[in-house]
Amino acid sequence: MSPEHALEVVNLKKAFGGLIVTQDVSLKVRPGERRLIIGPNGAGKTTLFNQISGDLRPNSGMIRLFGADVTHSPPYRRAHGGLSRTYQIITLFAGDTLEHNVSLGLLGLRPSRWQMWRPMSFYRDLASEARRTLDEVGLLHLADHPISDIAYGEKRRVELAVALAQRPRVLLLDEPLAGLSNTERSTVKSLIASISRETTVIMIEHDMDTALDLAETVTLLNYGRVIVDGERDTVIADERTREVYLGT
Amino acid sequence: MKWIGAALLGGSLLLPPFLAGDFYINLASQIMIAAVFALSLNLLVGFGGMTSLGHASYLGVAAYFSALLTSRYGLGHGAAALISISGTVAMAAFFGVIALRATGLGFLMITLALSQVLWGLAYRMSNVTNGDNGITGLTRPAPFGISLDSPVAFYWFVLIVAAVAFLLMAVFVSSAFGSSLRGVRDQPRRMAALGFNPWLIRWITFIYAGFWGAVAGLLYVYYHKYIHPSSLSTTSSAEALLGVIAGGSGTLGGPAVGAALVLLLKNYASAYVERWNMLLGLVFLFIVLVMPAGIVPGFTRLMAALRGEAR
Repeated sequence: MSPEHALEVVNLKKAFGGLIVTQDVSLKVRPGERRLIIGPNGAGKTTLFNQISGDLRPNSGMIRLFGADVTHSPPYRRAHGGLSRTYQIITLFAGDTLEHNVSLGLLGLRPSRWQMWRPMSFYRDLASEARRTLDEVGLLHLADHPISDIAYGEKRRVELAVALAQRPRVLLLDEPLAGLSNTERSTVKSLIASISRETTVIMIEHDMDTALDLAETVTLLNYGRVIVDGERDTVIADERTREVYLGT
Repeated sequence: MKWIGAALLGGSLLLPPFLAGDFYINLASQIMIAAVFALSLNLLVGFGGMTSLGHASYLGVAAYFSALLTSRYGLGHGAAALISISGTVAMAAFFGVIALRATGLGFLMITLALSQVLWGLAYRMSNVTNGDNGITGLTRPAPFGISLDSPVAFYWFVLIVAAVAFLLMAVFVSSAFGSSLRGVRDQPRRMAALGFNPWLIRWITFIYAGFWGAVAGLLYVYYHKYIHPSSLSTTSSAEALLGVIAGGSGTLGGPAVGAALVLLLKNYASAYVERWNMLLGLVFLFIVLVMPAGIVPGFTRLMAALRGEAR
């Protein structure tokens, strides 16, 4: 069975007290699609991601991952269902090496994470797989350094490597380009562009110049609502997009 | 270098029976018991990021179980130990479900409250626990027919148990599961997003820590041949926590060193200084100010700095 949608969000609603942050949001993302989510600050983009990944529970609505209802599943179960994400604020294990960080991502999906008498280093393929992924993001030479040693732009790439190593079927990228220099930007951009079509990519990003090149479809959020949704060029040309986002 | 130091320290534990008198041998036995207890607490505090102020529950309950089963119900030490440990582990599983509804300060308060309940019970249920009089006239086990009544024999017994405990806890924290545990301590949200179940990881660790707390409790009651509600008190929990933090939480050797320090101050310095609690406070203050990460990490850093300068 191959479901029609990799990710389906139906009438999602989330409020913090009186503040409604997600209002009747519905999304349909096809397998392999590249979706960009845009919207001004406070539009509810990250909150939407947090609900998709399970960090937050919606008040109502439904989330389906490849046809399976995951609305009430804890985050780790969604991860095992093929969902992976990065964070806007870097969320890495600062004292550990790059290799260890990426290895943890791999370990999370394996039964050996419950192994209580063998160290991680016993599983050689964990380390080799982690190093391979680090090579993909161009950080192999730093594999044995602790995260606290490396630069911000490099940390962003480790964030990406941790998620990519899991070979997710759906990948949520929360501002992967934030705070990067121009050179780093183009590195990360080509990195994202090279992600296999087996993976559906949904990305929040403010840097429109870079992000629009990567996207096929665009969703515009504002005040927790979907304003426009569709093919990239249609959304960009739409008057409401100009009004809300491009500020004319 | 690190391994040589550890081997020397381990080797020196073989010496007391040949060098020291009974008083010091007993003191060394007590230190090792306190070390096993502190190490078990360190699984929670240092490796799991779960600061518990109720760990004496496991020591005390196992000790009371053993005391009651052997003295009142006439069970042999083997069966009593087995029941004591399984009973305590079951209790840890139950307490874990309650305490792990919260993290951080909430977790600390729940563990404190649960241990206070047990302490109150030990005091008030005097028909069972003999209340404030405690349970006296207990015996030590005689494994394989070897009497443990002499300080030296008991020292060897404690040394073997403590070595096994240290080894098994070291294996646990170095394992893949141990890596997951440290990950959950540092970034619980990330770990959940990566496919780990933080709650279950914490709960399993909670139970495992309860198990070694129970083992420490058995050693404790064997040593003293007496049990009193104060073993369940917050002071007892806090002393262990103090040892863990002073020695270096999240390290393997630190809590043992810290526990030794607390015990020495309590049992040895108290003979000379009446207000030994004040001394303990001052020592603790010194450690926090000079070596905030604890004695063992502090000295490791100091050694590294000295070697760096020598070059």
